[in-house]
Amino acid sequence: MRITCPICGERDRREFYYKGHAVSLDRPAPDAGEEAWDNYVYLRENPAGVTRDLWYHEGGCGAWIEVTRNTVTHEVISTRLVSEETA
Amino acid sequence: MDKLSALSPCAGLLPLTVGATKVVEVEPGQMTSVAPYNGQQDKLSKAMKAAHGVAYPQANGLIQGSDAQAIWFGHAQAMLIGPAADAGLSEHAALTDQSDAWAVVNLSGETAEDVLARLVPVDVRLAHFPVGMAVRTQLQHLSVSLARVDEGTFQIMAFRSMAHTLVHDLKTAMEAVAARG
Amino acid sequence: MRIANRGLLDHSKPVTFSFDGVNYTGLEGDTLASALLANEVRLVGRSFKYHRPRGILTAGSEEPNALVTIGQGVRQDPNVRATVQELYEGLQARSQNRGLSLQFDPMAITDLAAPFLGAGFYYKTFMWPRAFWEKLYEPIIRRAAGLGALSGEDNADVYDKAYAFCDLLVIGSGPAGLMAALVAGRAGADVILAEEDSRMGGRLLAETHEIDGKPGHVWVDEVLAELRSMDNVRLMKRTTITGAYDGGTFGALERVRHHLGSRPAGAPIETFWRIASKRAVLAAGALERPVAFRNNDRPGIMTAGAVRAYLNRWGVAPGQRVAIFGNTNDIHRTARDLLEAGVHVAGVIDSRHDGPTSDNYPVYRGAQVSNSAGRKALESITIRSASGEQNLQADCLAMTGGWNPTVHLTCHMNGRPTWKREIESFVPTPGAIPGLEAAGACNGAFSTAACLREGAEVAARALADLGHTAPDVAQPQAEDDAYEIAPLWAVPGKGRAWLDFQNDVTVKDVQQAAVENFRSVEHMKRYTTQGMATDQGKNSNVAALAILADATGRGIPETGTTTFRPPYSPVAIAAFGAGGTGKSFAAERFTTSHKATVERGAPLIEAGLWYRPSYFPKAGEPTWLESCNREVGYVRSAVGVADVSTLGKIDVQGKDAGQFLDFVYTNMFSTLKVGRTRYGLMLREDGFVMDDGTTARLGENHYVMTTTTAGAGDVMKHLDFVNQALCRDLDVQFTSVTEQWAQFAVAGPKSRALLDTLLDQPLSDEDWPFMACGPVKVLGIDARLFRISFSGEHAYEVAVPARYGDSLFRLLAKKAEEMGGGVYGMEALNVLRIEKGFITHSEIHGRTTAYDIGMGRMVSTKKDCIGKTMTQRPGLEEPGREVLVGLKPVEKDGQVLAGAHLYKKGDEPIRTNDQGYLTSVCHSPTMGHMLALGFLADGRERHGEIVKMVDGLRGVETLCEVVDPVFFDQQGERVRG
Repeated sequence: MRITCPICGERDRREFYYKGHAVSLDRPAPDAGEEAWDNYVYLRENPAGVTRDLWYHEGGCGAWIEVTRNTVTHEVISTRLVSEETA
Repeated sequence: MDKLSALSPCAGLLPLTVGATKVVEVEPGQMTSVAPYNGQQDKLSKAMKAAHGVAYPQANGLIQGSDAQAIWFGHAQAMLIGPAADAGLSEHAALTDQSDAWAVVNLSGETAEDVLARLVPVDVRLAHFPVGMAVRTQLQHLSVSLARVDEGTFQIMAFRSMAHTLVHDLKTAMEAVAARG
Repeated sequence: MRIANRGLLDHSKPVTFSFDGVNYTGLEGDTLASALLANEVRLVGRSFKYHRPRGILTAGSEEPNALVTIGQGVRQDPNVRATVQELYEGLQARSQNRGLSLQFDPMAITDLAAPFLGAGFYYKTFMWPRAFWEKLYEPIIRRAAGLGALSGEDNADVYDKAYAFCDLLVIGSGPAGLMAALVAGRAGADVILAEEDSRMGGRLLAETHEIDGKPGHVWVDEVLAELRSMDNVRLMKRTTITGAYDGGTFGALERVRHHLGSRPAGAPIETFWRIASKRAVLAAGALERPVAFRNNDRPGIMTAGAVRAYLNRWGVAPGQRVAIFGNTNDIHRTARDLLEAGVHVAGVIDSRHDGPTSDNYPVYRGAQVSNSAGRKALESITIRSASGEQNLQADCLAMTGGWNPTVHLTCHMNGRPTWKREIESFVPTPGAIPGLEAAGACNGAFSTAACLREGAEVAARALADLGHTAPDVAQPQAEDDAYEIAPLWAVPGKGRAWLDFQNDVTVKDVQQAAVENFRSVEHMKRYTTQGMATDQGKNSNVAALAILADATGRGIPETGTTTFRPPYSPVAIAAFGAGGTGKSFAAERFTTSHKATVERGAPLIEAGLWYRPSYFPKAGEPTWLESCNREVGYVRSAVGVADVSTLGKIDVQGKDAGQFLDFVYTNMFSTLKVGRTRYGLMLREDGFVMDDGTTARLGENHYVMTTTTAGAGDVMKHLDFVNQALCRDLDVQFTSVTEQWAQFAVAGPKSRALLDTLLDQPLSDEDWPFMACGPVKVLGIDARLFRISFSGEHAYEVAVPARYGDSLFRLLAKKAEEMGGGVYGMEALNVLRIEKGFITHSEIHGRTTAYDIGMGRMVSTKKDCIGKTMTQRPGLEEPGREVLVGLKPVEKDGQVLAGAHLYKKGDEPIRTNDQGYLTSVCHSPTMGHMLALGFLADGRERHGEIVKMVDGLRGVETLCEVVDPVFFDQQGERVRG
């Protein structure tokens, strides 16, 4: 598997550390309530198809990357830096 | 009178020649990590150019000046190698002394690319990794900076504490390449 | 038998070798198989289950029968396919899975028991009594069945790994592969052409086809010469593409030295490549399938394609009277080649009624071979036709049931092949591997002209995708003969007709599986072991499917295929693991004091990748405990020195540095004064403790954070995440400085006196109170000093640039020794911190909260921080939680053990009575007895209670008193003194 780091370019998967679903980017406010926090910390979808998840270019530049990929075909559809605002 | 004496990271480990490949330790001088503050990269680049003759490098790039090297070192970070960083740069960037943190070696010789192909999961052939390219990647298990400083020479930087593992890994690959003929 | 003027080898280059101790002579370029056939050795092995005599079936890597052991002793290589092993001077090969000799094998008696040993035999027979399985049945079966043996010694060979990159990977160098490489090479694309054989050319080396009026192998040489002249083309022979993986990544095994007799030290025997390719052309050809008939496994019976390969490439006739049996026009091609070479063709048996006839040899149309006979090798066959059965003398039978395209790689990402009626076989399903397209025989195009055409077309499409312009390459002229196959899977009749030669599976076994309702192809496979041997059923799976389809009344496409998985052909574990053995398994991190530590004879313990001294032994100390006690004494009564450089150090700068630290730590750092240090606690977002350490404020916008040794990497990832994802607007930068500084703890009542001998300015309590930090000069060198303590004593940590680490450690050690102290290791460090109730990752093990470890009040109420919301969940604050306590044995010599559990004094030690557990224990020389830290339900309210510690594993029960976790100097006077 190969992942395109928006900074370094296409690299072997072994350079990356996997965190989990990109929901981790959407941290609720402290007073958002139990359900919001439960969703944020624990509840995860397990889709057969397109998903977004977070990878850390640990063996490279140290950027956190959101990878949109397909869990069925393993196709990597797109990648972006989490430090950049989404359009 | 007591006195502290200095040791380089690869003291006692290098130089090393196996077959057509050679590794030597480089005495880099001062190494300063330069991490631009928010929105300051352009100003930093100008200040670096003015003070040291080298701009802030683009991602995957290395700029070799007459007495300073600016090498891209990762997400929002470069390393200024050679002179002590001008104090004025601290207006635009976090400056951190890393002069003792990295082992710096040069790998050269006809089979240097073949040696690296056994250690590094990136394409190191000249057409894909030209002079002036500097990547962050892994050399076996080590997080390294790998740069081509001239056609036949790669500069490799690894954590000081892992200098002997770096030399071990290079030596193993150099022996395999040499033995293949 | 070698035939003069036949084949592509140089008859003037003899090579001597031995098989089962007998010396033979072959030629340079021979495989072991071709050399054995040239020497008329036909019996080469015994079958896996029934120990039946077996010969060479094929001429390629799919060979199921001819497995041999090469070499001896530590260099012994079992299960080598004789058809792949190249001959070298002095090669020693031995047959496998036999008794004393290959000719007489007492285990062949199992063949007589075959009626009882059919499909599912093991499952049915060895069920009962259960205890017999491990002691009796399994050892017997293991001895009887099997392949070659390993030496039992450590592998002495070197295996190598490497990465390669290209625009276009061409897999296979037959006509399709060569054309693809030629077209892509001329277009200037970056090409790798991989071929598993030692010589490129594929079937063009094995057939007598002409291309552009030249012999096929001459055309091959011309194309190869051109490819070699191109810098953008890389030819990799002896390289099998073993697997297709995500994103255009392929695994490839290169056999570097198996064809050479010598193995110089350090020279890799194999290289495992990981190839990243933008596009790929699969031109892997096709594998011929045998026909199942009674006793079709007799040595001398081989595939027709193999007979032609031995004849045309190696100049070897596998027999003197050859019969040919099959269902395509290949039977006549085989007959023509044999006749041309002067070999007698005994007869051609064509299962088709309407096939061609010949004036040069007898043709039996609409006939089948129904049996074979001969002692250890073929002597005659039985031909059955409408007019009855007749025998035909033959010492070799060339058989063909048609060709199976080599679709395997296209199934490695869960793709399924597509049935193609015209060729009665499966072809790759387009798109099964993104970026890969099949061409030529592996795509079901069997004529030479079709292979050449498809190779060029597929390469042109790949080039267009890559943005290259395909050059005009003239289409070479070649045969375009029709294939004309009629299905022929198994010849009906009594007796055993073999499908899977390597696992001894017969037609009857597959039929029996269907009868017993193992109708799914995956069930049939496992029930019969069809295709589960090392050859993975390369030449038998499709026929087995056809038999199953017939037995279950379905068509072959509906029956489906089993799953082909990587690797395509066997790969040694050592090759997969290349570059990861011995010192290459993991990096080693050494501190700057490592050399001095080793010189002092300290045993090392691993902490993450770091190596740290366990203790520093002295003469007269019988065990580690005496050394440890002495070192603890240094710190408690004089001064001790320890290397603490392994703790993670992170330099944090920027105008929002304080705010950032406030967010990642539970407590406040923006309020910390410059020149001061504060202990901080870091939570995960789920509210549990992640890491701890001290952070010093060196300047208004400059902090240096300390992490635990083991947590350093995770903390860095975490900080990067928080900064990049959650706090983008904060102006803060951080970088690891762990490697920059060599840092030493100088601890004990005489620590200040020691440091005063090295510092340019003496220390005072006014300028250097507890938790102070700042720049100092050590013998003129710029350094940092922190007045912090992990021992509870008056202590400092001094940091110098790493280049001076070795020098400073030796100096500190010398000075400490002069003052009645010395260096201490991890054992003593651990005792010192347990005596003071300081936690490590033994306590913050991922399931404890700030409340649990007694630091609930460190979670600031004035601000948000990572983990704060979740730490306030009701369940994490309820009474009954297990919280940190100290425990001391009631009896002075009582033993406490880490990992042991706690129970109320009178309770039975069972799970439901569990009250907590011990995390850290030590023998405290200061207190004179053992101490423990642990977690106990409501433990803070239970100080003074006697509880029972039970270690069920080691059988120890000890009554302990629950106490405050701080055992020593509870008022903290020593650290400030």
